Amino acid sequence: MKDLKGYVTADGRQIGGVLMEMRNITLKFGGVVAIKDISFDVREGEVRAIIGPNGAGKSSMLNIISGFYTPSEGEVWYKGEKRPPMKPYEVARQGVARTFQNIALFEGMTVLDNIMTGRLTHMNAGLVSQAMWWGKARDEEIANREKVEEVIDFLEIQNIRKTPVGRLPYGLKKRVELARALAAEPSILLLDEPMAGMNVEEKEDMSRFILDVNDEFGTTIALIEHDMGVVMDISDRVVVMDYGKKIGDGTPDEVRNNQDVIDAYLGVQH
Amino acid sequence: MAHLTEGVEGLRSIPALLGRNAKIHADSPAYREKEYGIWQSWTWSEAEREIEALALGLLKLGVNEGDFIAVIGRNRPYLYWSIVAAQMVGAVPVPLYQDASAEEMAYVLGHCGARFVIVADQEQVDKVIEVQEGLHQFEHMIYLDPRGLRKYDHSHLHQFSQVQDQGRAARDEFSADLERRQAGKNYDDICVMLYTSGTTGKPKGVVLSNRNIIETAKNSAEFDHLKTDDEVLAYLPMAWVGDFIFSIGQAYWTGFCVNCPESPETMMTDLREIAPSYYFAPPRVFETQLTSIMIRMEDASPLKKRLFHHFMAHARKVGPKILDGEPVGMLGRLRYRLGEVLVFGPLKNTLGFSKVRVGYTAGEAIGPEIFDFYRALGINLKQLYGQTEASVFITQQPDGQVRSDTVGVPSPGVEIRIAENGEVFYRSPGVFVEYFKNADSTADTKNPEGWVATGDAGFIEESTGHLRIIDRAKDVGAMADGAMFAPKYVENKLKFYPNILEAVVMGAGRDRCCAFINIDLTAVGNWAERNNIAYASYQELAGHSRVLDMIQAHVEEVNASVAQDEMLSGCQVHRFLVLHKELDADDGELTRTRKVRRKIIGEKFGDLVEALYDGSDSIYTETEVTYEDGRKGKIKATLEIRDAKVMPVAPKAMAAE
Repeated sequence: MKDLKGYVTADGRQIGGVLMEMRNITLKFGGVVAIKDISFDVREGEVRAIIGPNGAGKSSMLNIISGFYTPSEGEVWYKGEKRPPMKPYEVARQGVARTFQNIALFEGMTVLDNIMTGRLTHMNAGLVSQAMWWGKARDEEIANREKVEEVIDFLEIQNIRKTPVGRLPYGLKKRVELARALAAEPSILLLDEPMAGMNVEEKEDMSRFILDVNDEFGTTIALIEHDMGVVMDISDRVVVMDYGKKIGDGTPDEVRNNQDVIDAYLGVQH
Repeated sequence: MAHLTEGVEGLRSIPALLGRNAKIHADSPAYREKEYGIWQSWTWSEAEREIEALALGLLKLGVNEGDFIAVIGRNRPYLYWSIVAAQMVGAVPVPLYQDASAEEMAYVLGHCGARFVIVADQEQVDKVIEVQEGLHQFEHMIYLDPRGLRKYDHSHLHQFSQVQDQGRAARDEFSADLERRQAGKNYDDICVMLYTSGTTGKPKGVVLSNRNIIETAKNSAEFDHLKTDDEVLAYLPMAWVGDFIFSIGQAYWTGFCVNCPESPETMMTDLREIAPSYYFAPPRVFETQLTSIMIRMEDASPLKKRLFHHFMAHARKVGPKILDGEPVGMLGRLRYRLGEVLVFGPLKNTLGFSKVRVGYTAGEAIGPEIFDFYRALGINLKQLYGQTEASVFITQQPDGQVRSDTVGVPSPGVEIRIAENGEVFYRSPGVFVEYFKNADSTADTKNPEGWVATGDAGFIEESTGHLRIIDRAKDVGAMADGAMFAPKYVENKLKFYPNILEAVVMGAGRDRCCAFINIDLTAVGNWAERNNIAYASYQELAGHSRVLDMIQAHVEEVNASVAQDEMLSGCQVHRFLVLHKELDADDGELTRTRKVRRKIIGEKFGDLVEALYDGSDSIYTETEVTYEDGRKGKIKATLEIRDAKVMPVAPKAMAAE
């Protein structure tokens, strides 16, 4: 890896070396180029945002990181190694967890059960043992439940533990999704528009939780978000995309004063 | 009474009671708290070890005898231990309301000069840090939940568990000092200082001695036959005297278990899981619960609905009688038994009342309908009347003598006297020592013989010996024709209707009474939904003509009932209006404990009062409101004023002989 030193943020947090690096990524769907030759890195312990207007290719980029898409060209480096093409579940095993833009929870299951599914990658007991609820399966479930309860406590959702997800309001569903991702104890957490459709109060709560997760567990976070205020407040570094190209990369202040970024958001006269 | 000066059985303090419990109830549960989805529990001997470790840690931090230690947070075992640990090292614990604003906290912390503050979490830490500049005596803060606090300056900030660890490590060094301080405890030393909320002026620090707390706990525990295996759920504010008596006084005296909920939001679930045998709640809690039961029954299947209404009607007839041990026919009992299996049992289970042996409500009058509902279910709900200054208990209802309109007979050891102006006075072993640093107020409230003025007007029913409270003494006035005016009496009658949330009756010095009404959005909103009445806002619903019709019917029923009372028949409501906004503590119209501030309301809505008395049919008004985030806004409305039918006032029955 080229840089192990990292940097210190404005609020005094030490950011580590490069955890994940995207090198010259290009993604094509037939003739459509969704992402064109983009490179950036995500460092250990930082909150990294990807922003851009609609159709800029942000979600596609997140889908490449999570293994849902395989890039047409370019390489994904993770923990100092080049990542071969992988299925999403293999990526999840490597410690990458995510939430979705359109909530993808099991509506009929309780909050607790939904979050337990986040522990799937930590369950190794065999089918028979699971079915008999005996031996290893039982010990594992208890250990996993303990972890899940810590997450529930952390996100303050004790009161809805046994409520079916379908009965919850939108803002809480988003929080449950975050809980499920956290339960996987990821090295890197991908959040796809965590504040979409929320009111100001819900946004404040969610921002608080994202920062707390980063602070308490040291989890690296990569997020896509439309709300510029939120992005500028909580991120350490921001990548700006427009029409599949990277047009800016740096601290919120640098990005805010970048002419290309201003043009992309406000439009320019042609 | 000689033994009292020495303390009951030589036990002169809460820590002494802890020592006794750790010996004789060593393995029975003392505390439970739900955390991480599981009820964690501590036995009395474990609790003693935890408290001792904390006390040693406090000594290491340099707590002196007589220091004040503030405790701020929701009900958690650790904070109860903090209170007892403070007592152990000879300091005075001062529990504070956790929802108090930073300024309110600054006043109390400054007034008692707290050197140490023990808080629950970051929120409270931030508040204290915000005001610490002005606090000259403040030195150290101990916090419970480390979340979000890692980067704070820890020169004066300590984590609870670390203070305990340091205490354990320094046991050899400090245990002799701890023992010496324990042994030096006097029965008349300060046990705790509690600040009263106060509808007027600054909060006052009520000093209660070990004698006050232990004698009161002993008397009241014996009155209700509380036992070691009783269970309580501690969910009311720790700064409130009631919680101190229930969760510390009585718990340490009898050795029963105090259960703390996981979070305020999970209270109802935790209540169901614990099923306490001894339960306390203000009337509002029972009211809300009943409203939600009724709303949910409306949505139940026709069969369930019929079963519910059939058996409830029967229960209302015989339930209270069975509870009071009065004779009930064989058939009636059998039907009640069947109802228990089909309806009451499952309902009580859902509510968490399956095992309630003794339940109390106090603080406000409770509606007879509500009260009877719970009694009909077989829940032994009773009323008590108390004050911080009395260590809670002034009067309470003995089993078998329970009524919704009295507050019971004097508690054991309490004497009651009614002054000429109707104000209730009492004297008891629980009477407070003094208001801290406020000799004038102490002298105003407590006379040299130990009689304390309650500020409430009431009378003792001759036939039963029960006390009945009419109103705050200062609110009781006279109307223009000299008739007695007791607004609270009428307001309570109005508030007993589920549709009415709040009522303010005016009439002192006037020729007739008028009222402001607040509708209850839950109940009226549900009613509107069922009757296809569309509304966009609280204001629109409150001004709807059919809502006004409904409220008018309620007011007229109340008038009919008020007319029955010969003393207060002049207080019938002649005209009323439904307010366009909910009365709110944020706007200063209510106190934080939701008591109406008449003077402020009278001034703020002066134009409306005017309109009620000048006979106009409607009035346009603008009102300033404060939103939750502190911003201010204005709401405008045109309110309709209605006349209510009044009953002819019965001529005062003259003494014929």
